[in-house]
Amino acid sequence: MSAVLDMDRRSLIKATLIGGAVLAFDARMAFAATKPGEVATVINAFIRINADNSVTIGAKNPEIGQGVKTMLPMLIAEELDVDWAQVHVEQTIADEKRYGPQLAGGSFATPMNWLPMRQAGAAARQMLVQAAAARWGVDPASLTTGGGRVMQVGGKHAVTYAELAAEAAKQPAPDLAKVALKDAAKFTIIGKSQIGVDTPAIVAGKPLFGIDVTMPGLIHAAVEMCPAYGGTVRSFDDSAVKGKPGIIAVVPINSGYNPKGANDAVAIVAQSWWAADKARADLKIVWDDEAARTYSSAGFEAGADAAFGKGPETSIVNKGDADKALVGAAKTVNARYHYPFLAHGTLEPQNCTALFKDGQIEIWAPTQLPQPGRMLVAAALGIPLEAITINLTRIGGGFGRRLSNDYMVMVAQIAKALPGRPVKLIYTRTDDLRHDFFRPAGWHSFEAGLDAQGRLIAFKDHFVSLNRDGKPAQGATMNPTELPAPLIADVSYGATFLDNNVPTGFLRAPMSNGLSYAFQSFLDEVALAAGLDLPEFLRRTLGEMRTIKGGEGPQAVDFQTGRARAVIDKVCAMANWQGRSGGNGKGRGFAFYFSHRGYFAEIADIAVNSGGGVQVDKVWVAGDVGSHIINPINAVHQAQGSVIDGIAQTIIGQKIEIVNGAANRTNFHDFPLARINAAPQDIVVEFVRSDNPPTGLGEPALPPIIPAVANAIFAATGKRIRSLPVVPSQLV
Amino acid sequence: MATTLSINGKERRVDADPTKPLLWALREDLDMPGTKFGCGMGLCGACTVHIDGNAVRSCITPISAAAGKAITTIEHVATLPEGKKVSEAWIALDVPQCGYCQAGQIMSATALLTKTPKPSDKEIDAAMSGNICRCATYLRIRAAIKQAAGIAEVVEA
Repeated sequence: MSAVLDMDRRSLIKATLIGGAVLAFDARMAFAATKPGEVATVINAFIRINADNSVTIGAKNPEIGQGVKTMLPMLIAEELDVDWAQVHVEQTIADEKRYGPQLAGGSFATPMNWLPMRQAGAAARQMLVQAAAARWGVDPASLTTGGGRVMQVGGKHAVTYAELAAEAAKQPAPDLAKVALKDAAKFTIIGKSQIGVDTPAIVAGKPLFGIDVTMPGLIHAAVEMCPAYGGTVRSFDDSAVKGKPGIIAVVPINSGYNPKGANDAVAIVAQSWWAADKARADLKIVWDDEAARTYSSAGFEAGADAAFGKGPETSIVNKGDADKALVGAAKTVNARYHYPFLAHGTLEPQNCTALFKDGQIEIWAPTQLPQPGRMLVAAALGIPLEAITINLTRIGGGFGRRLSNDYMVMVAQIAKALPGRPVKLIYTRTDDLRHDFFRPAGWHSFEAGLDAQGRLIAFKDHFVSLNRDGKPAQGATMNPTELPAPLIADVSYGATFLDNNVPTGFLRAPMSNGLSYAFQSFLDEVALAAGLDLPEFLRRTLGEMRTIKGGEGPQAVDFQTGRARAVIDKVCAMANWQGRSGGNGKGRGFAFYFSHRGYFAEIADIAVNSGGGVQVDKVWVAGDVGSHIINPINAVHQAQGSVIDGIAQTIIGQKIEIVNGAANRTNFHDFPLARINAAPQDIVVEFVRSDNPPTGLGEPALPPIIPAVANAIFAATGKRIRSLPVVPSQLV
Repeated sequence: MATTLSINGKERRVDADPTKPLLWALREDLDMPGTKFGCGMGLCGACTVHIDGNAVRSCITPISAAAGKAITTIEHVATLPEGKKVSEAWIALDVPQCGYCQAGQIMSATALLTKTPKPSDKEIDAAMSGNICRCATYLRIRAAIKQAAGIAEVVEA
């Protein structure tokens, strides 16, 4: 297991364990140094009160477009009891001792911070109230707050937070777990749409992103990485590079992927990134990559076929006797499904900036997971964790790509080789597509049995995906609770993980994006055999309202059949679903999926043209992510973006192939991203409010759209989509 | 070698290889990072600027080819009448998610409305098809263009 993969995954799991727990921040530590000359008082790690009675709130998590830089401060501002117009938001640095977990992944920000961020705001409010009570010699219970002021109920006293800030900062910090929180009925910020805090700066073209970082003396790096994963540098000749104008250095480095620890990349550093990148053509590298070149998509495909012939190597879940139940079934259905490797294709290419000086390094990183990056840098440079400062920049798209910190560990090595000089590393688009941590390809061989009444009585899946160092590769796992396993008595899921060297990782709604497609498409086939449409078949299979335990411990996520039914019913009502319908090139499809604690049911209306091209005309989305939609405008936007993201995975030809141990796509002409013409005319989004703590929206709206579109294509054409991406020639 | 460029109404001198793309001259030599690098091949539109009023991909435009022409970038687009309307609609509808592509989207939308003040749905899709938004904010891009053009109900966020 490479360092990059292992550390990142461990950190993510550790972070989930903290979900819901009280944040242990030092209330007296500043979240950012007060600027010289600025009159402001630090109340706690997240809150500074300014002399003009505006409030600066720290946003601790990386902003990748999920809206967290707006949403987390909304939670604080609500309980601090200020008007949103009074709030300035400032991105904090990466410092988990001060701020608690800082990550963008797993749709975790909402469930992990719903209470802690509100507690941070409420604690500051309580300190302000205590200060006012002391000043006036009154009972704190006689005081109220609003709009950034403390007032005496029906009384003569009123004072701004700014006037109280210095006294409040001296008050004892309350126990966060015991601090009183607002009654939800009194929320004035939570539940009200707020424009993204960076939106005006984005529209004005202001520098915000990692790639925009600049400073005096900045130099630039481009990097040549071994095309075949796991290959290393045998030798290199930089004689044709070093004499070129503007070239500063050529530095062999380790991307962090290579478990052997040998260098597998060579960086060219220049006065200009454009010049550094151009000089790559004159850099001669001999790679040691014979073993690495043996991996290929064709090989994996053959491996999956062979695995299906042999049966699963390991069991995921085995209960009852699926084989026996299948023998007794009135009807059986079986099919194989496949989905390919995918790249993330964040529009801002991977990049990172670092300055190494006097044994310390300062980093400016567009990373979704800064803490593991710090550990990698410490290990690679042989310096203590405390010698590393990580500034978090806005991020031009995450989608899981920046859970890996390859760019950070590489720029740190380059910076160490050039002490005192700030250096920025940027990948080209080709680097970015070829040196991704791909969504792993997967294969499924399904078998289902129905009784004479069309009830699902048996279900088997042989899942084939990839391994890495003897374990399932990152993003290539499947849970024993994957539906329909918990719903029926006789089930068997098994798996085979093929020998693999391709870097894999998490792509938005990881695992779920592939599993949803395969399972919900196959279940549509099973429903058809039962003479039902998929919503009705799922209702019957879900059965009575109950909670199905998702396992033990704080990481376990329970599944509530009633919440699933509610979104299924909701979306059917929204779209006026009348059962299976389609033909003559038009069709309607449905799917449901539960992931990242969110329940989503979606319906797609599609048309297939004479050339086999698919257009999604309209989509309906019903989701349940709990009791509150914190920032409604962003919630709808996240769901709409997820839907188009899933459409792109289905019908526009997205696929990465591995040839000679390397990815073979180079830019957006051969790895297309959705363009405006792929977007439906409308995507209607509604949320079902349930009495559950709010959960995240970055991911769970994505998985169901893939099978909904695939099922709609079947309705339109009679052709079942058993492999992604959809190939137009197969629909003609 | 020095090239003189007319950017946002000002003459700017760039000491660089004349084949250097305008994108990198803006970002590296002129400290104007609003124009973004996405693909380097004119495929994604993140680097879109106006040259003599046309939406152009600066990543494949050498500075030698831009010399003597009027270049407008995202930093200045709101000073154009259509650019101002587009920028305001972009904020009112909160179009950006990650925001990385939006400079290019705004430049393309402004060029569209300058030439075609009341575009049809098809004209909007055609004019914007060279600009990729990985977050897929396309429904809002369409709505914001219509709002800026005054051809749709005003939508408040």
